Amino acid sequence: MSTTPDTPRTAGRSKARSDERSGSRAAGRSPATTIIVTAVLAIVAIYFLIPVYWVVVNATKTTEDLFGTSGFWFGSSFELVDNIRAVLSANGGIFPRWALNSLVYSGIGSVLATYFAVAGGYALAKYRFPGKQFVYALVLGGVLVPGTATALPLFFLFSSVGLTNTYWSVLIPSLVSPFGLFLAAIYAGAAIPDEMLEAGRIDGIGELALFHRIALPQLVPAIVTIVLFQFVGIWNNYFLPLVMLADENLYPITLGLDNWRAQTDRLPEFYQLTVGGALLSVIPLAILILVLQRFWRGGLTEGSVKG
Amino acid sequence: MRSKTAPWLLLAPFMVLFLGTVIVPIIMAIGYSFTRVERSGLLGEEGLTSVFAGFENYAAALANHNFIASIGRMVLFGVVQVTVMIVAATILALLLESAAARWPGFFRATYFMPYGIPGVIATILWSFLYIPGLSPIVDVLGLVGINIDFLAPEVVLWSIANIVTWTYTGYNMLIIIAQLKSIPGDLYEAARIDGAGSFRIVKDIQLPMIRPALVLTIIFSIIGTLQLFAEPRLMQTMSSGITSEYTPNMSAYAYAFQYNEIGMAAAQAVIIAVSAFTLSAIALGISQWTERRR
Repeated sequence: MSTTPDTPRTAGRSKARSDERSGSRAAGRSPATTIIVTAVLAIVAIYFLIPVYWVVVNATKTTEDLFGTSGFWFGSSFELVDNIRAVLSANGGIFPRWALNSLVYSGIGSVLATYFAVAGGYALAKYRFPGKQFVYALVLGGVLVPGTATALPLFFLFSSVGLTNTYWSVLIPSLVSPFGLFLAAIYAGAAIPDEMLEAGRIDGIGELALFHRIALPQLVPAIVTIVLFQFVGIWNNYFLPLVMLADENLYPITLGLDNWRAQTDRLPEFYQLTVGGALLSVIPLAILILVLQRFWRGGLTEGSVKG
Repeated sequence: MRSKTAPWLLLAPFMVLFLGTVIVPIIMAIGYSFTRVERSGLLGEEGLTSVFAGFENYAAALANHNFIASIGRMVLFGVVQVTVMIVAATILALLLESAAARWPGFFRATYFMPYGIPGVIATILWSFLYIPGLSPIVDVLGLVGINIDFLAPEVVLWSIANIVTWTYTGYNMLIIIAQLKSIPGDLYEAARIDGAGSFRIVKDIQLPMIRPALVLTIIFSIIGTLQLFAEPRLMQTMSSGITSEYTPNMSAYAYAFQYNEIGMAAAQAVIIAVSAFTLSAIALGISQWTERRR
């Protein structure tokens, strides 16, 4: 999938590994050990892949085959295209709408949340001002309170201003990333030297321009990490949209698929729709995670090395 | 530094949203938890009034058998599931970092992949693997003579634990790997010179050095356990063992939106938050205490 951009990195890594090997801990590793460890890891990998494998195989089946044939292998006919078409057109094309909603919530939410968190974290790391410790303590306290505990009062707050059952009711709470604020503060403290900002001030650059033009480019690794975490967090959220939304047209994928699955008891054809829908929502995310995993980890470790 | 307004200007968007969506709701929840709604008139037709109720809601919540049972269930769940998951994540991280396996990049990515799958989708996928007649796992186990109903009332808690473990093991493993990578190479060098074997290195160098990562992952997992909601709620229609007050969060949700008892729901939410806070503090305390005894 990403063989070409992969090659130089993999080569670098295996080189580092062989250095390590000749140097210290892996010295004298026997082939038997390698085989046993690899076999153990492969068995564990099967466990993690089974549900994904199952959904890929079973999205190609008719409803009869779904129940009539072994779940570990393909059925008598290959109905993937028909099934996907059914998923996309069911209820007047509600599934693409859910996917779009998820994209709107996660896309807009993660980008804005990251911008706000990075601006705040930078301010906490690079300015000395009264009230700073209080802001830190307040945000830390807020992080430790479970999100579900705030969702109920938030519903009453939003309903008193007529915001419930709108895009805003899911989007606004998604714009806050206390984790991002902390990460940005730690990273900015290490990655932006005070002299750099002083030099900018001497050149007559305003404080806000200083942040946008000098600080932001230095913070890119932290920004990537925060965007990814926030995107996955919003995409996976279930409780908040469940509490806030009543209109099916505003649902994200998670809530919509749950709706379909709940109907399987009465209407068996919803089994096939749910399986197909699950496939469509798993594949892009799995690919995204596999591709971005290295950036993600890169961002985190870089932060910890510098901080 | 110089400007007095600049830091506040930069903080303003975050703080406004944070106060509005986190702090104010917390204060509101605390407020609700101390009030009782009184209906005047025979059928409440003369309007509703909120009156101060003291600790009435808390007393009722703590005397509520279902709520206490749900907390006990989560403690049992947490002790077993968090232990299994963290031990598994640690072993996987050590094996991947030992350079003894082939294709470590592939395995790392595969283990981490479930973290990107929403809990709702993961639950739907696994529930298909639990339903008799649909699940190939049930079929295969039946062939070798093991008849297990993953959705039976006494089993379903562990079926949920499996979903949570599947989702988060790889994520915790990555945090531990990041910490393993930060161990300086000369520590290994010194151990080798002293003639330490692989087991000594794991026990005396790697495990002590990844202690902060372990504490962090354990605390996050405890908080996550107390908040368990999506997985059991989705499986409610499939297993008679799952009531609408199965977990503390499901209970708070049921009281708020099904039974319309806001005060009770708020009191339960506050109890959940305080418990999460306390458990995290205890985990931190134990970790520091054992650190000092070393």
